[in-house]
This record gives sequence, C-alpha cells and structure tokens, in this order.
Amino acid sequence: MKSMLAIIRRDLLLAMRRKSEVLTALFFFMIVVSLFPLGIGPEPALLRKIAPGVLWVAALLATMLGLQRMFAPDHADGTLEQMALSPTPLGLLVGGKIAAHWLVSGLPLVLLAPVLGLQFDLDAGALGVLVVTLLVGTPLLSLIGAIGAALTLGIRGGGVLLSLLVLPLYVPALIFGAGAVDAHISGLGAGGHLSLLAALLALAVFFAPWATTAALRIALE
Amino acid sequence: MNNKIINWFRYASPQSFYPLAGRMVPWFWALTAAFGVVGLYISFFVAPTDAQQGEGYRIIFIHVPASWMSMFIYCVMAAWAGLGLIFNTRLSGMMASALAPTGALMAFLSLWTGALWGKPMWGAWWVWDARLTSELILFFLYIGFIALQSAIDDPRRADKAGAILALVGVVNIPIIYFSVKWWNTLHQGSTINLTKAPSMAQTMLWGMLLMALCFWMYSIAVALMRARAIILERETHTEWVKQLVEVKS
Repeated sequence: MKSMLAIIRRDLLLAMRRKSEVLTALFFFMIVVSLFPLGIGPEPALLRKIAPGVLWVAALLATMLGLQRMFAPDHADGTLEQMALSPTPLGLLVGGKIAAHWLVSGLPLVLLAPVLGLQFDLDAGALGVLVVTLLVGTPLLSLIGAIGAALTLGIRGGGVLLSLLVLPLYVPALIFGAGAVDAHISGLGAGGHLSLLAALLALAVFFAPWATTAALRIALE
Repeated sequence: MNNKIINWFRYASPQSFYPLAGRMVPWFWALTAAFGVVGLYISFFVAPTDAQQGEGYRIIFIHVPASWMSMFIYCVMAAWAGLGLIFNTRLSGMMASALAPTGALMAFLSLWTGALWGKPMWGAWWVWDARLTSELILFFLYIGFIALQSAIDDPRRADKAGAILALVGVVNIPIIYFSVKWWNTLHQGSTINLTKAPSMAQTMLWGMLLMALCFWMYSIAVALMRARAIILERETHTEWVKQLVEVKS
C-alpha cells in the first residue's frame, strides 16, 4: 500500500514538472466541446439535448490523449522492469499508476465539466448529475484504458492502435454516463444508470489492474 | 506413465497438427458444398414467399448464419486465446489468429446483408437498433484484434497480447450488448422489434439451419487452412517443415 502511494506521488510529481501535457489534454477537452455548438447551431433546446453526449464523448477523447504516457516513459527508461521485479505485487503498482493517471487527466475534466455544461444551458440539477457521472465514469475510463496502454506498449503506431482497441470498450461507460444525465433531464431519475456505471467501475477496479499486469508482463518479456 | 487413452496434447504441437488439419480440410469443404447446395436450393426454390416481406426476406438465409457465426467465432477465438495463456501452447495462438479474419468477415457480411435487407423492409440502410449497433462494435473488436496482432513483430508476443485483448473483449461483449439494448429502449420506443420474429414456415427454418451448418463448415475449413499457412510461416526454420513435399517442390 505504501509503495502504491509512493507511485501515485511520483507520477503526480512528474506530471507537475511537465504541466503542458496535462494542460493540453484539458484544453483539448474544452475546444472539442466548444466546437459542437459552432457546428450544430446555437439553439438552446438543441444544445441542452446534445450536451451530455458531447461532454462525455469529449471526455473519452481527452482521457485517450494521456493514456499512451501511462507506461511508455517508464518502459523507455527501464523503471517498469524494476517495478516488475520489486517485491510489491505489480498489480498494486499498476493500480497506483492508474490512480495517478485519473488524478491528472480525469479529475480536472470532472471539475471543468460543469463550467462547460453552462455553455450548453444545462440547469443546476443536470450539472450535478453530470459531475457525478464523470466522477464515477472517468476512473472507469482510466482503468479500461490502462489495459490498452499496456497492450500497445512499445509497438509502432501504438497511439492510433490504442484508440482502436479502447474506444469500443468505452461504449458502455458512454451509454450509462450520458444516459444518466439524459434520464435526469427527461425526469426519469438518474439512479439506475448511475448504479450500473458504479457496478462497471467495481468490476473494472477488480479486473483491469490484473489484465494490465498480464499485458505488461508480456510486453516486458 | 502416459497410458491415457487419448493424449490431448498430441495435436497441440504444430508438427502433428499440420498433417491432421491437411486431412480434415477437404472433408469440411465437401460438407460446406453439400450443406450449401441443399441449403441454397431450399432457401431459393422450396421456401415459400413471405406474406409480409415478399421475396426480399430470402436474404436472411445469408444474414442470420453470418450473424451467428460472427458472435460464435469470437467466443471460440477467446477460448483458444485462454487455452493459449493457460497451457502456453503455440497452436492456440495460431488458431485464434486464424479465426479472426473469418469472424471479421462474418460480422461485415452480417452488417452488409442487414443493410441490404433493411432498405426495402424498413426504408433505411441503417437504424440504431441494439443488435445492429452491437454487431458493429463486435466488428470493431475484431478489427482491433487483427490490428494489434499485425502491429507486433514477435509472433509469440502478438499471440499473448491478442489473447488478453480477446479475453477482455469477450467479457465486454455481453456488457456492450445489454448497455446498447437499454440505451436504445430508453432513447426511443423501439420502432422495429427484431426479437419477435413472425412464426416461420418449417421450410424456411430448415433452409436457415442448413445454411448455418454450411457457414459453420466453411469457417472451420478456412480457419484450418489459414492455421496451416500460419504454421508454415512461423515454423519455416524447423527441419520438419523443410522436409514437407509442398515446401520442397
């Protein structure tokens, strides 16, 4: 547990030293979201309707940006091999790296989403639901993405391949995440969707570090 | 010690599997042809014209078997992948990569014939129905698997990485299917209900089953042929491959 915290602290520190990478993903999120009204038109009713989907899709793409960096630098300088050799189970360390990835690239999106939601004329209740879905959903994205990042480690064309592998697996998160906000807006209540999203998160917390570890060991062979 | 009746691992070695597959391929082709001829005859000449859909419904004789196979092949592929990870056998990975293109082809066929069927029946090439959408995502999963394997140069690593992806995918397929289903029902009242198919004439059912068997045999035959090609490609350096008649000539 202690080494897991150490990994989180280390990765956060590394991210702080290279702020531009984190900020790029954040601005990417903002720009993608702002492009939709320009492409579709400024009618508030229409924007309210598409807001959950647009924000969620933009969040998926923005978390994708940072995925490749989750293991690649550590793989390049040999840190990853040291981690695999350490007495601490690799799964825990991988869990730490995933948590750090979420703190760096998921949490800012959660905090930023309500501001962007205002641009789409969402009311306070819907904004609250949106924040909750992203809070539950973005860790799920980091967990699933970690599997893809580990599988494509050190492969040519890894970045494009990563999105091809991971995006289809993101579909359930997108459906339940955006669906929760939609259900809230249409008065159905977001509870069902949120429970399912949380169930997916619980599943992923258990399985994803395990699959990621297996994929990393293959990449390190 | 080895006094079991069948040694299950005997054919796990490419060397003993290669001739076995070679002997099996013609049989599966023959079965494909037999089931195909009878199935197509029933589908086109015996099965009655549908009361609601006219002659256009006959595309289901291709469409339904292709959809079944696309889903089934992914499961078989994942099973091979799992076996490969557990027993560390080379052949399992080869079988998984031999099956993937056929599975992708079946998923594509199912989408394509579905579109051809949908245009006259529903008036649209594509609707965001739950089954269509999950079939499309299944197609993407196949493409991802093939792309990952072809991006890795070392075949053993490609097998193992592909195996993990296939297993992750097979866990996700039911989740994706149900999520898409609920998404669809929540967004709009389902306009077309595929699950409640009108009761089918006996001959139609026969035609479809025979065509499904034909597709099944075809998939096995093609997968075995592809597996043989992969074995030859990967085992070129070995002595037994160099001794093969087809390699020497």
